[in-house]
Amino acid sequence: MEADLTWRVDGVEHTLAVDTRTTVLDALRDRLGNTSPKKGCDHGQCGACTVLVDGRRQLSCLGLAVAHDGSEITTAAGLVDGDELHPVQQAFVDHDGLQCGYCTPGQVCSAVGMLDEVKAGHPSAVSDDLEADVELDEDEIRERMSGNLCRCGAYSNIVAAIEEAARA
Amino acid sequence: MTQQLDTTEIGAARGRVDARAKVTGTAPYAYEHHVDQATYGHLVLSSIARGRVTAIDATEAFAQGGVHAVVTHENAHRLADVSDGELAVLQSDRVGFRGQIVAIVVAEDPETAREAARLVQVTYDEEPHESVLDADSPDLYAPDQVNPAFETDTDEGDVEAALAEAAFTVDAVYETPVQHNSPMEPHQTVATWDHHDGRDRLVLLDSTQGVHPVRQTLAPLFALDPQQVTVEAPFVGGGFGSKGMPHANVVAAAIAAKHSGGRPVKLPLTRQQTFTLGGHRTPTVQRVRLGADADGRLDATWHEVVEHTSRVKEFAEQTAVATRLMYDSPNRRTSHRLHALDVPVASWMRAPGEAPGSFALEVAMDELAVATGVDPVELRVRNDPASDPESGHPWSQRHLVECLREGAERFGWQTGVPPRSRREGRWLVGQGVASATYPLNVMPGNEAEVEALDGGRYAVRIGAVDIGTGARTILGQIAADALGCPVGAVELSIGDTSLPFATVAGGSAGTTSWGSAIVAAARALRDEHGASPAVGAVARGVQPENPDTEQYSIHSFGAHFVEAHVDAHTGEVRVPRMVSVFSAGRIINPTTARSQLLGGMVMGLSAALHEETVIDPSGRMPNHDLAQYHVASHADIGHLEAHWLDEVDEHANPMGSKGIGEIGIVGAAAAVANATFDATGVRVRSLPLTADKLGG
Amino acid sequence: MKPFAYDRATDADGAVATVTADPDAMFVAGGTNLVDHLKLGLVTPEHLVDVSRLPLDQVTEREGGGLRIGATVRNADLAAHPLVRQLYPVLSHALLAGASGQLRNVATTGGNLLQRTRCAYFQDVTAACNKRDPGSGCAALSGWTRYHAILGTSSDCLAAHPSDMAVAMVALDAEVVVLGPDGERRVALEHFHRLPGDRPDLETVLEHGELITAVEIPPLAMARRSAYRKVRDRASYAFALVSVAAALDVQDGVVRDVRLALGGVGTRPWRARVAEEALVGGPATEAAFAEAARAELAAASPTDDNAFKIPMTRSTVVAVLSGLAGEETR
Ligand SMILES: Cc1cc2nc3c(=O)[nH]c(=O)nc-3n(C[C@H](O)[C@H](O)[C@H](O)COP(=O)(O)OP(=O)(O)OC[C@H]3O[C@@H](n4cnc5c(N)ncnc54)[C@H](O)[C@@H]3O)c2cc1C
Ligand code: FES
Ligand code: FES
Repeated sequence: MEADLTWRVDGVEHTLAVDTRTTVLDALRDRLGNTSPKKGCDHGQCGACTVLVDGRRQLSCLGLAVAHDGSEITTAAGLVDGDELHPVQQAFVDHDGLQCGYCTPGQVCSAVGMLDEVKAGHPSAVSDDLEADVELDEDEIRERMSGNLCRCGAYSNIVAAIEEAARA
Repeated sequence: MTQQLDTTEIGAARGRVDARAKVTGTAPYAYEHHVDQATYGHLVLSSIARGRVTAIDATEAFAQGGVHAVVTHENAHRLADVSDGELAVLQSDRVGFRGQIVAIVVAEDPETAREAARLVQVTYDEEPHESVLDADSPDLYAPDQVNPAFETDTDEGDVEAALAEAAFTVDAVYETPVQHNSPMEPHQTVATWDHHDGRDRLVLLDSTQGVHPVRQTLAPLFALDPQQVTVEAPFVGGGFGSKGMPHANVVAAAIAAKHSGGRPVKLPLTRQQTFTLGGHRTPTVQRVRLGADADGRLDATWHEVVEHTSRVKEFAEQTAVATRLMYDSPNRRTSHRLHALDVPVASWMRAPGEAPGSFALEVAMDELAVATGVDPVELRVRNDPASDPESGHPWSQRHLVECLREGAERFGWQTGVPPRSRREGRWLVGQGVASATYPLNVMPGNEAEVEALDGGRYAVRIGAVDIGTGARTILGQIAADALGCPVGAVELSIGDTSLPFATVAGGSAGTTSWGSAIVAAARALRDEHGASPAVGAVARGVQPENPDTEQYSIHSFGAHFVEAHVDAHTGEVRVPRMVSVFSAGRIINPTTARSQLLGGMVMGLSAALHEETVIDPSGRMPNHDLAQYHVASHADIGHLEAHWLDEVDEHANPMGSKGIGEIGIVGAAAAVANATFDATGVRVRSLPLTADKLGG
Repeated sequence: MKPFAYDRATDADGAVATVTADPDAMFVAGGTNLVDHLKLGLVTPEHLVDVSRLPLDQVTEREGGGLRIGATVRNADLAAHPLVRQLYPVLSHALLAGASGQLRNVATTGGNLLQRTRCAYFQDVTAACNKRDPGSGCAALSGWTRYHAILGTSSDCLAAHPSDMAVAMVALDAEVVVLGPDGERRVALEHFHRLPGDRPDLETVLEHGELITAVEIPPLAMARRSAYRKVRDRASYAFALVSVAAALDVQDGVVRDVRLALGGVGTRPWRARVAEEALVGGPATEAAFAEAARAELAAASPTDDNAFKIPMTRSTVVAVLSGLAGEETR
């Protein structure tokens, strides 16, 4: 069954008819040719498909495209400002926070969304005092980024990159 | 001694040339290439472990509309060669394991393909099966050789007599589970059949560690000349061995494209499907017996290994091979036995052999340290052999002792602290050490081409693949030094069978093998065309044979130091700190090398703490996804340091380098296990080191 | 995935009416569990009614104390809500211990309560499963049961309830507010999920078409000092082997009141009533905590794979209660 969908992806509005079964991830990849979000598991278990939906990090593999009519989607490709990489992306490059690159766009989007959550004062599972301000140390970054698996094991460099981006 | 390059670019810390494409997600992986008129495949896998397919009903599947084909053993394109049981996809009604391909659906879009696959009804004639490894099975057998071509068994001296006379002995059984490589990009292929130069041509975009190996494997299956198969793999989302040789899914894609009306077929594996189709590390049961004198000097080392193998295709991992040369022990015996089961086909996974084998040997060494009262670092130093005990050859370099000493220093190794004597709050604290080794592997036959471009630039071409190792970056550095030009003047092309022949990105052999070919091509260009070749001048070079590999034993070494915390109540294990020091010849690019080494260490930590694929009595791998097969996440990885000795191994290759892709994982799990013993006094001899084994 | 029609609900009554009228219709909220199951072929609805944008996304203080949590409040927002952090830290901690940041941004209160078991065989349509396919048998009985329940099991089903949030809520005496075609009703969360018995397919007391609109939590002063501890196979982003939610009121070394619930071990979010009873009025000592846990676990029926959960539950209960008792006396 098909349904109409209008959304903005990386700043560009698209209207398309999609099969109601199509996920946000497949709509982006197979229909719009935006391969920035990756399919690592298709079941919410790896984070490779992370995008920002209306500014918040989400997994695109478990969202139905039709349910996102009217949404603003940002992928890692859309974080670039002209020729300038987003500071998080630049920090990943500077710290070699990537190897094969397949988890990378998801890590980047997740980090961007995560830093906003920290700004909004959201606690995490390792925040001992739920009412205190968040101090974004390495353990906080690790916990908050744990929904993004990296089988190449670039974790140390990713954490270093995010620390730097957070300071900037 | 191989003629060494003058190094300017080699050794420089350079960022990845493809980093920008990767952080923006614009680097295209196999499935992501746009192809006109794409169709979509989805596999139907067997739901029995052994038997025959008796009927396949695709009526409901076709009723979906938009289904182009349901390919089964009854109608599938016939392969010219069915000798490889893994690759003989849909060539008979036999089912050899649960999760084997029994049908391929080809449809107009992915949603339809998946739903049609769900609706294909398969009936079976089920036969009794065996799926659980039993080290005491009467059916164990000795393979002819172990991967890739080692002797199955070795026996030096009289190990039994030496054990009987030893002042101290260790005799224990160690177990490692089935593990899955689980690269973040699942295996996926885009296959198209077309005509080229008047002949059929198979065009593959594949997620592979070697484009030429895929060509070489697939061509005979389809009765093609190798030239009739083209394979491209510009970006690959990790492999760790699982994409080292083409598996059934690649053949399935090529077959599917025979049934798609000439249109390309995109065939991704689901994550779950990668568990039965993408290879796995065999489980092992390893009995290690060590005998030592009062000072801890080894006199006997006996390492027996039992593994499983698939009845569909044998794979014998070389689990005990490193034990043959790791320590000085006059009496040594090693053996490998296989238990053939109705299970998916095992294959390469990062450091096949060394990774599980080092778990057993290096924990056994820790047990010997406890038994003899010799410090574990010192014990390893004492047993360091002056030459290769196995071949008798001199070492090109053996700097394990230096790695141990430097690691102990950097880590802050404490001697003489008894187990279970340190505590920080809820955590019991311990330290552990383990050694690592990995051979210099060289894959023969690589070729490269260099062409002079205008403006002092050079095109460098080789069919190598960058699976995340940084090959695309460091091969440019090697070419620059080989040509005596700045790295920016090199235009490197890789990842395509239209380029000169290259071997697999595996066995930590890529840089040595490809790099030697690039150096040969550059030298040929200089020899044939001089220092300033005319634009368009081309030279080819073939990787020369390196006689030193026959005269020297060439290995990398390393030492891991781990701090483990174990929750005093629950037994949960954390590794807040790991310091490793490696001796791996010249480091070509410190940036990408550090990442590679850290990556190996992370995979070793992951194996230590989490990884275990279950095979249940039904032949299922019930935890076949990333929520149940746990690989380390960010929160599991603490402070890691990878260091290396500043050195050059002139016997290895013109770069003076040895491989670094695998050594990071070797010994890592043992170091964690030894640290958890030190923290708790509880010796765990099976991986992974989960809370239930240490708590309670 | 079977093709389905999709509707976005604009009001709760309409959503209830639509689903009630169509036996093949289902609600979808965040979709993080349902879409997963659609892909696996575990459920094959023909009609999805999306309730995620219903105006049920507020957390409000109830008159007389306590909180009302709308059914579509995202798990992340609930965990971060100042009142939850202040009044019911156990609930924040439980939510934050679940899933990942991305998932919590999408997962809803209602969906979280109704998420289904992670039993590997339930999730595999080629396996026998009485929950998915009543009467087909239970592959787990002869399979891999590391993650399965030890409490509340039956000979037909061992599946554990996977939610962390629900464990904290059941400890806090939460009530589920349900809207049906005939109006609203309330069910104590403790009785919301059913034990499997011989009908593991019937997981809750909800009738087809009934919509969760909110969860209400009564006031509980001692919950300000409450804790959630989750033991799992990864430091994060993994389901519980064992989890413990607790609130404790100790005075002069004596337990005056306690709330205790267990996750990972029960076929439903497990309120540890037996242990609570054993604790109240007794000494706040490690020995007493262990004894209470032992009493609760007396009814456990583990498998070879998950027998470790008995000592692990006991030690986790002791760790959590000792931690709270320690705080209390400080
Ligand atoms: C990889 C992964 C890891 C996870 N880890 C954890 C974990 O560690 N701990 C944990 O607790 N959870 C975990 N989860 C589960 C997650 O919390 C649930 O998927 C989520 O809470 C479900 O919420 P939802 O809104 O997305 O539900 P949906 O998927 O939309 O719905 C789930 C079910 O509830 C029904 N439903 C939804 N809303 C209502 C309503 N208002 N009234 C009636 N019926 C309704 C739907 O019909 C459906 O049957 C994990 C999930 C994934 C994918
Ligand atoms: S692809 Fe979405 S989480 Fe893995
Ligand atoms: S860079 Fe390869 S998975 Fe993260």
